[in-house]
Amino acid sequence: MAKTLESKKACAVNPLKMSQPLGASYAFMGLDSCMPVMHGSQGCTSFGLVLLVRHFKEAIPLQTTAMNEVTTILGGYENIETALLNIKKRAAPRIIAICSTGLTETKGDDVVGYLNMVRKRKPELDDTALIYVSTPDYVGAFEDGWRHAVTGIIQHIVPDTSANPVVGQAARQVNVLPGCHLTPGDLEEIKQMLDDFGLSAIMLPDVSGSLDGHIPPDWRGTTLGGTKHDDILRMGESIATLAIGQQMQDAAEALQQRTGVPYELFDRLTGLACNDRFLMTLSRLSGKPVPQRYRRQRSQLLDAMLDGHFYLGHKKVAIGAEPDLLFAAGSLLHEMGAELHTCVTTTHSPVLDKLPAETALIGDLEDLEKGAAECDFMMTHSHGRQAAERLNKPFFRLGFPIFDRIGNAHRLMVGYRGTRQFIFEVANLMMAHIPHAVPDTWPLPDAAQRVAMPSQAVAELPWPTGPQRGNAQSEPRTTDGVTP
Amino acid sequence: MSVSLKQKIAEVFDEPGCDKNQGKSEKERKKGCTKQLSPGAAAGGCAFDGAKIALQPIVDVAHLVHGPIACEGNSWDNRHSYSSGSQLYRTGFTTDINELDVIYGGEKRLFKSVREIIEKYNPPAVFVYQTCVTALIGDDIEAVCKKASEKFGKPVIPVNSPGFAGPKNLGNKLGGESVLDYVIGTEEPEFTTPYDINIIGEYNLSGELWQIKPLLDALGVRILSCISGDGRYHEVASSHRAKVNMMVCSKSMINIATRMQQKWGIPYFEGSFYGIGDMSDTLRQIARLLVQTGAGADLIDRTERLIEVEEARAWKRLEKYKARLKGKRVLLITGGVKSWSVVSALQEVGMEIVGTSVKKSTREDKEKIKEIMGDDAHMIDDMTPREMYNMLRDARADIMLSGGRSQFIALKARMPWLDINQERYHPYAGYEGMVELVEEIDKALYNPVWEQVRIPAPWDEVDAGMLAAEPFVPPAKAEGQGGGQHGHDHGHQHAHA
Repeated sequence: MAKTLESKKACAVNPLKMSQPLGASYAFMGLDSCMPVMHGSQGCTSFGLVLLVRHFKEAIPLQTTAMNEVTTILGGYENIETALLNIKKRAAPRIIAICSTGLTETKGDDVVGYLNMVRKRKPELDDTALIYVSTPDYVGAFEDGWRHAVTGIIQHIVPDTSANPVVGQAARQVNVLPGCHLTPGDLEEIKQMLDDFGLSAIMLPDVSGSLDGHIPPDWRGTTLGGTKHDDILRMGESIATLAIGQQMQDAAEALQQRTGVPYELFDRLTGLACNDRFLMTLSRLSGKPVPQRYRRQRSQLLDAMLDGHFYLGHKKVAIGAEPDLLFAAGSLLHEMGAELHTCVTTTHSPVLDKLPAETALIGDLEDLEKGAAECDFMMTHSHGRQAAERLNKPFFRLGFPIFDRIGNAHRLMVGYRGTRQFIFEVANLMMAHIPHAVPDTWPLPDAAQRVAMPSQAVAELPWPTGPQRGNAQSEPRTTDGVTP
Repeated sequence: MSVSLKQKIAEVFDEPGCDKNQGKSEKERKKGCTKQLSPGAAAGGCAFDGAKIALQPIVDVAHLVHGPIACEGNSWDNRHSYSSGSQLYRTGFTTDINELDVIYGGEKRLFKSVREIIEKYNPPAVFVYQTCVTALIGDDIEAVCKKASEKFGKPVIPVNSPGFAGPKNLGNKLGGESVLDYVIGTEEPEFTTPYDINIIGEYNLSGELWQIKPLLDALGVRILSCISGDGRYHEVASSHRAKVNMMVCSKSMINIATRMQQKWGIPYFEGSFYGIGDMSDTLRQIARLLVQTGAGADLIDRTERLIEVEEARAWKRLEKYKARLKGKRVLLITGGVKSWSVVSALQEVGMEIVGTSVKKSTREDKEKIKEIMGDDAHMIDDMTPREMYNMLRDARADIMLSGGRSQFIALKARMPWLDINQERYHPYAGYEGMVELVEEIDKALYNPVWEQVRIPAPWDEVDAGMLAAEPFVPPAKAEGQGGGQHGHDHGHQHAHA
């Protein structure tokens, strides 16, 4: 429904977008015992690292090849080799994942060639899996980086069994490919759903193991959990792949090509009908009826929708988010009666065509702010808070990064339960900002004033005209509490 | 019940302005103005509630509830009566009496409470509300208030309306009695004009008064006092100098209007701010009565011109909804004046009223409904929640308008609902309010959420086959439960489109 437009501006003001290598690094954080590396200068990594730390309030394993002027010109082989050896020595990860950056892509480093050379020269890295994805900063956005990374993992690690398929050998095993818009809490919820049908999930990647804010028993320099390497090797034996978010289609197709495991794409899991479909799919895959718990949750969601619609009906909203998140949140808000007045996103995606809005603009927070001026509330990541303050609009934090709130890892938006949670949060925000009428909220137009006026001059009237009370000015008005 | 309270109630029941009372025989009248509540089937507030509702919108006074915590603790801050200034009325004051007070009496505590309030907040007056327990133990709030008034040199007004005295409606009137006895006529306004009116029984819920006031301002009509929405103590105290009284909410404080007429000769009329036609009639009435009492004759012409302009503006704004709302069926569960004033408002935009409750309506109200809706008006005396639910579920109505207590009946039937009682956030008075009401109805009716919540649970069809294979529910029992083990999920039972 929505037409995707691109901002015509030369200068992005207050960017909404985060870069591809950051999205890819984030995906690699969902692999167990992994060390993501950005092949670029130190700053490329540190900026992303800081964002991740501030969002998750966790130690984030992320390394850099620390390119400088000279190595950039001469080529980064030395730096990559040194980085790999150092990481191996210091953290001993099972997987080292390299994401290119704008710098090294511009130079044109042949990282695939470099890695082949490293393999020959450094046998001590033999038991370390190496993955590389090309993620130039100047193309796409965070979501694209994630997409490429997951596809890359599948192509690097999952064995190609297309000649001799082993599909369905693990009768109750299902692959789940979640998009980057899902929180660790969301992933836990999805795993729980599968578990309740007696299905075991291989989730790739799985940031719920690594970034769910737990206290690990020991110190590790790498990720603290996530998809196990052995599990990735076994993905070809699953009965099906469930891809969540449009961004996961590439990865699901790659997996199907290599292994023959059929996939089903869910463009969102925030909403009623999409979860109906999801649960019926699980029911079909497992041969089990939908458990009582979800029947109850569905009924609770219906109730939440009814309770929530009063506060969302006709509300104009400005959302700035990556395509899949924009689609998930926006579609639900639309179903609750809100109007998607301004939608700003970061990159192209087929899912935007289905967005129930007139347009989706690939733009920045300046664009969002402009549209939000006509809206009832604004929804985007924490960087939008200044615009919301300037406009004096209610502000709902959504997406990444959210650095001025804690508990981001556990926010829930998927499933009946998560949808319900999301409705409550937004509706409560709107409830906290119900407009309060004042005496001059409904001014009479001049035309009406004129015809009602006494024939003699106003000044001759024996009493003051207009709002006689004048208390609105003279008595200090507080929205709450007492004026003694 | 104290002798003075008994007398007061008898006075209220003798209300000459209440046709319902006047229509009764002497014997019936003694019984009271409403039927005895039937235990186990009663709903609604008590007399204390009624008195508090009626007077609390006087925003600059401290409202002190003399009783145990339930009376104020459970009820304060629950109405959206707005103030353009002081927020003191929103502070919950209660004596919160304890066991020892019950044994030894709570009068001392009450007196001290009044002192504390005056010292800390210095309001122009303190209103003291009697409640069941303190009335029962014999606390004489009149005496305490008298003593406190003398001691602190400030009006301390007793409101003798304990909950057990009767229902909410009676409490409204008893609240009115208190201001009649202790407030109105105790001060003089700085100046008067031939254009001064009082509005009685208007509580400025969600700021509704401010949808009306600009119209009166433009005409040069001064609201000397509103009793009690956005009211100030000194205004109410000097309201006896108004030229005309307008009675808004059907009969809630009719005793104020009738007694002011008896005592100060102020004519009153009963009007409504709900609906375009009613708003215009109200303006005409005000103009006519003011001219009768000495205002310039041009007021009538000016009023007509204003009505013309404002009606045209309202209709223009409503135009776009007419097509969308035409033929939509409304079930109206409310009481009193709204049962007819909202009916005419909705008919103005082409909606069909499939039923309106008349539980709290007077005979006059019912006559008006017949006048508007014709003889086949579906007046509902007492509808059980189940009947409402069935009516909505069977889609015999497209939307229900009611108070908050019955909202879930509509919502559980997955039908649109709109709050038109006091807890609502949206003001519906005057031309502005009518546009707002229609906007809200349109918004409720066309919210896409209705399509969503009526999506049948997908497993209902699949289950039949799948669950049959698992013989864990004896078939006979399953039938008896009406749908076996997934009977909990009411989704499938009425999944109509």
